[in-house]
Amino acid sequence: MMVKPTLVTNTIRAHREKAGLTQAVLARTVGVTRQTLLAIEQGKYSPTLELAFQLARAFGVTLDDLFDYPED
Amino acid sequence: MVYHERAAWAQLIASILTIGAYAWLMLTNPDPTTSWVPIMLWTISIGIVVSILITILWGIAVGLRDKESATASDMRDTDISRLGGRVEHAFLIVAALAVIVLCALESDVFWVAQAMFAGFAISSLLGGITRVIAYRRGLA
Repeated sequence: MMVKPTLVTNTIRAHREKAGLTQAVLARTVGVTRQTLLAIEQGKYSPTLELAFQLARAFGVTLDDLFDYPED
Repeated sequence: MVYHERAAWAQLIASILTIGAYAWLMLTNPDPTTSWVPIMLWTISIGIVVSILITILWGIAVGLRDKESATASDMRDTDISRLGGRVEHAFLIVAALAVIVLCALESDVFWVAQAMFAGFAISSLLGGITRVIAYRRGLA
């Protein structure tokens, strides 16, 4: 496993700020540490599929609304 | 900083101190080939204790400010721990192979022990570096 930047981008921070949630509250909601949520927001960690669904559900949006993967 | 990241830093700091102390004690020893056993055993023992102490004291200091960060962990910690473990494992295997080769060559037990110690030291050092980099730069 190599440490490399992910191509997946996300709009978690924008959704979180729009919803008026702090990192700590959202992290507690989806069951991760605040540091992990911060890493996901900054694209430093790819969430598991299950966590991605939990995040999307927390905002009431779809995975496509929250995550983006560039076309070839 | 979560518990496992502090533990990674503690491991890295303890590894550097242990390697440095062992190298200094051996290089300044007038006859290291006969007195290496207590030096090696004490250095390893103190290195383990130092790593545990750093983790505990740092945990207490963090816990006073933020109780949740003192013990919390999740799947990211597991992933990073696994990555560090793979690096450590790889270097331990290299050290074990080196020991087999030295034994096959009927080398002095001094050199066999040095090879194994070097394997432990390098695997711990690189495992710690890998974990710290993964926490700082990301694991994506």
